[in-house]
Amino acid sequence: MRGYIPSYQLITPASVAEALSLLANEPRKWKPFAGGTDLMVLLEAAKLSHRDYLNIWPLNELRFITVDKSHVTLGALSTYTDVQANEVLRTEFPMLCQAASETGGLAIQNRGTLGGNIINASPAADSPPALLAYDAQLELSSNGGTRWVSYNGFHTGYKQMGIRYDELLTRIRLPRTPGLTHYYRKVGTRKAQAISKVCLAGVLRLRASEVEDVRIALGSVAPIPLRCERTENVLRGRNLDSALIQTATEELAAEISPIDDIRSTKDYRLRVSQNLLADFLTRSH
Amino acid sequence: MESKVRVSFTVNGNAHALEVYPMARLLDVLREQLRLTGTKEGCGEGECGACAVMINGEIVNSCLVPIAQAEGAEIKTIEGVAVGDQLHSVQQAFIEHGGAQCGICTPGMVLAAVDLLSRNPQPTDDEIRVGLAGNLCRCTGYMKIFESVVRAYQK
Repeated sequence: MRGYIPSYQLITPASVAEALSLLANEPRKWKPFAGGTDLMVLLEAAKLSHRDYLNIWPLNELRFITVDKSHVTLGALSTYTDVQANEVLRTEFPMLCQAASETGGLAIQNRGTLGGNIINASPAADSPPALLAYDAQLELSSNGGTRWVSYNGFHTGYKQMGIRYDELLTRIRLPRTPGLTHYYRKVGTRKAQAISKVCLAGVLRLRASEVEDVRIALGSVAPIPLRCERTENVLRGRNLDSALIQTATEELAAEISPIDDIRSTKDYRLRVSQNLLADFLTRSH
Repeated sequence: MESKVRVSFTVNGNAHALEVYPMARLLDVLREQLRLTGTKEGCGEGECGACAVMINGEIVNSCLVPIAQAEGAEIKTIEGVAVGDQLHSVQQAFIEHGGAQCGICTPGMVLAAVDLLSRNPQPTDDEIRVGLAGNLCRCTGYMKIFESVVRAYQK
């Protein structure tokens, strides 16, 4: 049963500035609507409870990828196709490109946006683990100005985020970090289209055999896309050997909180999460 | 109750300006208002690709596009793939090599293949699989479709 189409409003602001004014002047009335690949699914299932949306999809000022010495910066409306086509992202942020290529099929990738994936806040989304492992920062804009926040910590609970009703996610910034090994693996029912059962993104830098830097994030194992800092702390500064890998997988089990749902079970997710972590660490040393 | 808005776009080169509810699905506008029923509804949630159309040269699922986002767009549907009676090489190959059975997935499959070959005229087997990965078929077992795409670009 579809939602009742005439009850929805979708207006197109002429600019980001106009969108921000609407968000500020009519508090909580409007929500942004980007590529629609999540919201239209809710509409079809009659689960789209909010009624009034700002059509930000045509705002090309939010669709760009720029590179400077220290960062790659993406407009929030960069699509999965845009991400995969960018040479610097392919070279330096391969996990983000892999996440983009494993989200839906081409028709979804042409329409789904990175900003939408973040704000939709599904714990099963594919790009957040990569963004967390890359230590992404988010630019939140409002009439009062802009502020940068760390993506780590942005999700505070199931579909809860550190963004005000009058703010719009406008840019995503990734620090360029040489010398990392990258590991991204999504486990789903089939290769294309599937929503993840478990997804792990990890980056690691060794000095000799000592873990100099490590960042690990998982999807579908908690109410939010989860950066696993406790597991990272077990690893950092230690000699990467099989005993440490065993300790890390035990810590991971204590840090995540997978559940049974339509896509998988708690036990399977726990086991696969540990196996993916072990695979990541084994391949990286 | 919100009111209708005017949205202007072209479909297969023909200009349209319609009074529509802004959240109406492009799929429904094509099928019910413009009577272009070649575009099919399968799952209605972006999983199956039966509703695929091209917007400004990019393949999309029309079940996931609210009509307000079609403002100013150039849309191509399956009805716009052949030129008069001249079938596209992909359509001809689907006929000759059994790429279509029940036909529900076929418009989306043909558009996905046309899109792939327009971007990549000599795709590898893996590239064909990626190009068709967003489209489900319940009849053919996919091999006939795959072979049709291969034959289409070998012509």
